[in-house]
Amino acid sequence: MHPVLRTVLQRLGLGLLTLLVVSIIIFSSLIFLPGDFATAILGQAATPETVAAFRKELGLDEPAIIRYFDWLRGALVGDFGTSFSGRSGGSAGAVRQVADLIEPRLYNTLFLAAMTAVIAVPLALTLGIMAALYRNSWFDRAVNAATLTTISFPEFFVAYILMLFLAVKFDVFPSLANVSDTTPFGERVYRCMLPSITLTLVIVAHMMRMTRAAIINLLASPYIEMAQLKGVSRTNVIVHHALPNAWAPIVNVIAFNLAYLVVGVVVVEVVFVYPGVGQLMVDSVTSRDIPVVQACALIFAATYILLNLFADVISIITNPRLLHPR
Amino acid sequence: MSTKNQQKHGREKGSVLLEMRDVYIEGYSDDKWHPIINGVDVTLHRGEIMGMIGESGAGKSTLGLAAMGFARPGCKIKSGSIMFDGMDLMAISETERRALHGSRIAYVAQSAAAAFNPAHQLMNQTIESALSHGIMPKTEAEEDAKKLFAALQLPDPDNIGYRYPHQVSGGQLQRAMTAMAMSSRPDLIIFDEPTTALDVTTQVEVLAAMRDIVDQFHTAAIYITHDLAVVAQMADKIKVLRYGNTIEDADTRTMLKEPKEDYTKTLWAVRSLYKEEQANEDVVLRIHDVDASYGGGVKVLEDVTIQVPRGRTVAIVGESGSGKSTTARVITGLLPPMSGEVYFNGQPLPPALKDRSKEQLQRIQMIYQMADTAMNPRHTVRDIIGRPLEFYLGLRGAALDNKIVELLELIELDESFIDRLPGELSGGQKQRICIARALAAEPDVIICDEVTSALDQIVQEGILKLLLRLQEELNITYLFITHDIATVEAISDEIVVMFQGGVVEQGPKTKILNAPFPPYTELLLSSVPQMDPDWLDNLLAARAKKGDVMKASG
Amino acid sequence: MSTETDQGYSAAGEVGAVRARRTMSENIWRGLKKAPPTAWFGMIVISLYLFFAIFAGILAPYGEEEVLGAAYLPSWFDADKDFPWDPRFLLGTDQLGRDMLTRLIYGARNTIGIAVATTALSFGIGGTLGVLVTIQRGWFDQLMSRFVDVLMAIPGLIFALMLLSIFGSTVTNLIIIIAVLDATRVFRLSRAVAMNVVVMDYVEAAKLRGEGLFWIMRKEIIPNIMPPLVAEFGLRFCFVFLTISALSFLGVGIQPPTADWGSMVRENATLITYGSATPLFPAGAIALLTVAVNFVVDWFLHKTSGLRDEH
Repeated sequence: MHPVLRTVLQRLGLGLLTLLVVSIIIFSSLIFLPGDFATAILGQAATPETVAAFRKELGLDEPAIIRYFDWLRGALVGDFGTSFSGRSGGSAGAVRQVADLIEPRLYNTLFLAAMTAVIAVPLALTLGIMAALYRNSWFDRAVNAATLTTISFPEFFVAYILMLFLAVKFDVFPSLANVSDTTPFGERVYRCMLPSITLTLVIVAHMMRMTRAAIINLLASPYIEMAQLKGVSRTNVIVHHALPNAWAPIVNVIAFNLAYLVVGVVVVEVVFVYPGVGQLMVDSVTSRDIPVVQACALIFAATYILLNLFADVISIITNPRLLHPR
Repeated sequence: MSTKNQQKHGREKGSVLLEMRDVYIEGYSDDKWHPIINGVDVTLHRGEIMGMIGESGAGKSTLGLAAMGFARPGCKIKSGSIMFDGMDLMAISETERRALHGSRIAYVAQSAAAAFNPAHQLMNQTIESALSHGIMPKTEAEEDAKKLFAALQLPDPDNIGYRYPHQVSGGQLQRAMTAMAMSSRPDLIIFDEPTTALDVTTQVEVLAAMRDIVDQFHTAAIYITHDLAVVAQMADKIKVLRYGNTIEDADTRTMLKEPKEDYTKTLWAVRSLYKEEQANEDVVLRIHDVDASYGGGVKVLEDVTIQVPRGRTVAIVGESGSGKSTTARVITGLLPPMSGEVYFNGQPLPPALKDRSKEQLQRIQMIYQMADTAMNPRHTVRDIIGRPLEFYLGLRGAALDNKIVELLELIELDESFIDRLPGELSGGQKQRICIARALAAEPDVIICDEVTSALDQIVQEGILKLLLRLQEELNITYLFITHDIATVEAISDEIVVMFQGGVVEQGPKTKILNAPFPPYTELLLSSVPQMDPDWLDNLLAARAKKGDVMKASG
Repeated sequence: MSTETDQGYSAAGEVGAVRARRTMSENIWRGLKKAPPTAWFGMIVISLYLFFAIFAGILAPYGEEEVLGAAYLPSWFDADKDFPWDPRFLLGTDQLGRDMLTRLIYGARNTIGIAVATTALSFGIGGTLGVLVTIQRGWFDQLMSRFVDVLMAIPGLIFALMLLSIFGSTVTNLIIIIAVLDATRVFRLSRAVAMNVVVMDYVEAAKLRGEGLFWIMRKEIIPNIMPPLVAEFGLRFCFVFLTISALSFLGVGIQPPTADWGSMVRENATLITYGSATPLFPAGAIALLTVAVNFVVDWFLHKTSGLRDEH
């Protein structure tokens, strides 16, 4: 079997294994819940029967392995069980499926992330490459200082500044990004502008710095000097010699930062009250709605692992040593 | 004399091609500009080959690059004129200079593996300069490249260009880089230590190929190296550099026969050391039938049996991949063997390091090739020599300090060195400290792993003399691992020749170094360059006549 | 015994390296003199913050939790004729009527204190393990690396959120959870730099001597990996600091009534919609410290990386 194919398959297998282990960790953290949480969820007025029924519903009597596989099986088909919310007061009438809570929000979060990525990635790559090429010029120094400052800011700081100036003082964009199923595309984009700009600023800063570092590192390779000594023009040195070797490091930078996007989304959704998975997770954490928390965590982790997997696979298939074995 | 020789002597020298006058180059380090080249002149005619010799730090590479008008980041050409074919390289624009690079002046780097872009095929990179300077159209350039590959004796010349750098061996890459330089038929090629990283057996073939092609195309060349014997084969005239200054300029035969300057004489005279061999029945160290592997089923040592007599020097000689360093690792316990035993003073040693007692560890000490990495840069000389004294002999306080000073004197340094850091020592001084560290443990056997290979010639001689003197005074046994035959001749009593994980032969020095030879020993010994300018030609002629000499693996 | 060969060569007479040794204080002073303005800015800001954090009790005008006046009194910047400025409160009051300035100063002590403790713990765990695995290779290294890979496969903030929802948001839990999660990154870095040192011959020489594990770690490896570790401490501090602030902002970090910048942003967030910049003060305080640390670390890395620039 061709080494590339074999390495890619190995990597895919490893990724799946990691996902599996992560799911075990997420699931098993449930064991650490303090014993009286059932009462905490159901409220002080809950009767012993309700508590017992609740415990039975959660399968807390069954051995952990079985519970885990039930949960996993459910997760694979999108059934994450029922939420803890709406149970206090003893009535079971307001019980909701976790999956129902997540589904519409998942689309929203993905939309926001995609919108940000589309703007941020090309911008960051261009700035990063230019800064590397014109190293130590005023451009480079200015961009460096600016990005260093931006990556130091907490996301909510950037978010509130933007909100203050672009929504409150000058009414350019709405300060709260409420979208729903029915919002048309254009309107959606408009309402998502502020959260998207916030995220873009943060991501571009990180990505640009990492791209710059990767390209500078690449340009220090001996074969680059050799190309210069052969009289190859500066453009060709970059395009013909540096770029083919740049795919792996750049893709790694992008994947790393998109994964960062996954995390940044949480804070931004809260600030702009955007109905996404991030905000759901935070609300669930505050109300200790564990099934929802677990489901959200699993989704975020799966995205993260998938992105890294993608980056690894690109690295593998652009590696000349693997593409053309001895 | 062969016709090749006549060609070399009769090589037409044309008009002056390169003229460098009063060149000053500086390098930036430690927040200051330091001089690298101090007012050097170079004159080179068309078709002439100049050898540039010097020790490390002499500035040869920097000067070579300056001949192209190129300065590495961190260096600048401060003053002086560099005239190439009448053009002042420092006065013309960047674009005009770039038009010369790769077309009329070409560069062959020291490490071919690093100089080739891993993402492109060899052919692509070989013809790149010819294409980008518009010298030939693509198909013609490819055909020409294949002819060059053939002329440089590369295997499968029609197809090798379509392979990637990592698919080809080091020696082949070096020749491919020469083809790359030749493809645009430059007037001048600068060879920067091109065979330094190669095994001595591969070096012969690469040298011959390079010289032939330079002859064929009448190219002028600057050949930079620290190896005197190599430069004697290639160059018409030689320039000796030291600390950025020209020491001497002369044509090759004159310089070899009658060097004028003292420094030049020292470079030439180094190989005068010779130890008379002595035997000893008393065997202090013995390894018996050792097989070893790093895992994966591939054996790196097979059936290795070596005996080391007490108070003598056994040299283990071989090229890369021969297993000499692995043998050292087995002896010290870093690599437990798959089978076989190591006996010390008649008693078997536990195969793994962790199972050995302190006394056992104390008896066998090791000195490494690179003194830079063999000493912790944050430890002073006192720490480095003092630790084994403290650890093995339990010395403290005044007794410790006194013993350290005693050891320093033994290695020909004085008390003032005791508080220095490795960064403040020269190469030879560092290696001496490593020797003192080994001596501090009061060992019976010291394994010297290529300890002089990274040093300059004069320093090498000093270290070897020191080691011999210590052996006489303290009756230490040396296991001397090296790839350099001249060193072996100088200091060994017995020789073990290794090749690809096995022992080819072992025995007293005079026996091994004299005919009859097993095939590999013959190849190895004959490949060592000699100071005679005709050596290469004679060797090639002899081998061609023989026909069935073992081929080098590179 | 003669120390000179025939050609007049003597070992002691060899020219050593060009670099002359300077004492550490000389090195520091030289370094400081050449520091760019951004680094100076950073160092001054950090010193100021530390000063306020340590002497919070003396410098703050009022008590940390004292309710003194009406809620949402404006700061000097936001005051106008409708909402006049009360001179007792330079930066106004928060949603419960406590003095913002006092809360900011105590916030410095709390937030920075917790962040420093967390970073120190994370370094202790991650750094030690990272160096240990390079000496003790084999299954231990494999196990630890795989384990760390898995832990790092869950994004930090998410993992922290999940664990906090289960274990509860006490200060101790916060410190331990974030320290353990952050230790994974420290582990990766210290392992990488220690790996470069462990392959050096002097480490092998120490092993051949029979030196023990901890001696090698302490004497051979750690002194040679200090520069990147020091820089990483700064970067990790920023990360931890921002994470704690983010968690507090989300409501699951430091709990009220403890003064903490992240929570303060959350508590006063609604003021933004009225055009008041008050929530920006604690957020700005967070940003300023992080920027300062980043500037200093960036300069430090630039100095120690030895990257050759064009001249």
